[in-house]
Amino acid sequence: MRFVDKERAFRVLLFLCAIVTVAFVGVIIIYLFVAGIPAIKEIGLRDFLFGTEWRPESQTPQFGILPFILTSVYGTVGAILLGVPLGVLCAVFIAKIAPRSIRSMLKTTVELLAGIPSVVFGLIGMTVLVPFVQRVFNLPSGANLFSSIIVLSVMILPSVVNVSENALRSVPKEYELGSLALGANRVETALRVSMPAAKSGIAASIVLGVGRSIGETMAVMMVSGNVANMPSLFKSVRYLTTAVSGEMSYSSGLHRKALFSIALVLLLFLLIINLSFKLLIRQDKK
Amino acid sequence: MSKRKLISVLFLWLCYISAAVTVLLILGLVFTVFIRGREMLTVEILTGIPSFLKGTIGILPNILNTVYIVVLTLGIALPLGVGTAIYLNEYRRAGITVRIIEFAVDILAGVPSIIYGLVGLLVFVTSLGLGTSIISGALTMAFVVLPGIVRTSLEALKSVPAGYRDGAFALGTGRWHTTRTVVLPSALNGVLAGAILSVGRIIGESAALIFTAGVADKMLNIFEIFSPNNSGSTLTVALYIYAKERGDFDMAFTIALVLVLLSFVLNLSARALFKIGRVKT
Repeated sequence: MRFVDKERAFRVLLFLCAIVTVAFVGVIIIYLFVAGIPAIKEIGLRDFLFGTEWRPESQTPQFGILPFILTSVYGTVGAILLGVPLGVLCAVFIAKIAPRSIRSMLKTTVELLAGIPSVVFGLIGMTVLVPFVQRVFNLPSGANLFSSIIVLSVMILPSVVNVSENALRSVPKEYELGSLALGANRVETALRVSMPAAKSGIAASIVLGVGRSIGETMAVMMVSGNVANMPSLFKSVRYLTTAVSGEMSYSSGLHRKALFSIALVLLLFLLIINLSFKLLIRQDKK
Repeated sequence: MSKRKLISVLFLWLCYISAAVTVLLILGLVFTVFIRGREMLTVEILTGIPSFLKGTIGILPNILNTVYIVVLTLGIALPLGVGTAIYLNEYRRAGITVRIIEFAVDILAGVPSIIYGLVGLLVFVTSLGLGTSIISGALTMAFVVLPGIVRTSLEALKSVPAGYRDGAFALGTGRWHTTRTVVLPSALNGVLAGAILSVGRIIGESAALIFTAGVADKMLNIFEIFSPNNSGSTLTVALYIYAKERGDFDMAFTIALVLVLLSFVLNLSARALFKIGRVKT
């Protein structure tokens, strides 16, 4: 093959790679819309999104997914309330307070946590946390919203710590030196100068945590009890994700179509979160 | 103590406590898995095939299924992802195409794996008639890891100094030749590290695989991997089935220990590669 031909061939080949990658995204979004919209039309958007009863198999089937939406929202908010303060403070410790030797050790440990598969979190939750919650709060079952919030808050820790730590470390040294020169101590500098300067990075870490906990499926499936209740802290609940995965294998007809609609709602949630993440990053760059 | 000092001390202690809690959580998790998984982790389990008739247990089929899916997925996603990254970074530096592709990749990256599982179910299992099979699972996982591969490859390519390329062009060579002989070799470590991270992602994935690759435990040969309707569960899916459906926690913890060890090894090797890559450039 001539040199020029070869160059041209690879240009086309690489372009095709890029096109296929974009087509992948297209396929996902188009398929979910095509599969998700019919059931919403049949059930009615209002009844679907704001209905409080999910009884797909009964005589007069009802497909209200408000319980799932609220559970996902509560679960995520709970995980953020627990996980973010812990993660951000841990990041402050790693980035600004810990001596060099401890710092790298801590970072490695947290990164190792990030690699642990979600079913392992689910398994520990199931065998350690759920019985513990049952005993401490004297409940018939420990598989509830509370347990799933705890598991989710641990699962979002690594991303919160890593992203916040990176943001804190990229604060210009001059800011901190200026603060120290004015007589503030190390802790005050971290609190009043470094953290405000890194606030968009910290916010990004929160958005990442939100995305991760809304999308989590298997671990939540193992600890949340998986019953379509309206959410309450010590009741068994079902998330958007587990609603899809729990009934997928045996559903049919309108029921199955409704599950695709749930996935569509989930995707829209995620798209909104991702877009706000991108906006945050862009603001940061400005 | 003054109010100012009180706030400092309080905040300092909060940081200490948070770090301690985080470390204790991680150690507690890892130790639980080690202690409960250690007893049953024997060569017999690792090389055994589960059978009700023979009364044998083991996770060899699950280990092999995991390996098959990792190899097939990377075989699909690595050329595509690296190719996309090369096109974006070497051929089109700016412009609307790049923006669209980068945006698409970003969107793909945040989509939860259950959605990939559902799309895989619709596209590969049902529409293309592949059934629940290793190949359906691998194609679905290709969706899942593609954005990560594009991102890390892009980072690696971006970190190659522009002077390298200019030097090659000045000697009169073309884009592809430059990419193959100059750019890719210097970006290799970053690309490899990205691939290793994807292996971790594939090994850890369960929600996208349970409907596409299925839950069967039987041994599959090379032909069955590529043929439709031969389902096979990976380690994570098997863990889920053992724990949730069968209530066999000993077995589940054994698999958990294997998974945790694997993820540690992968994580550490990816870090080592990133580090080598950084020192070299």
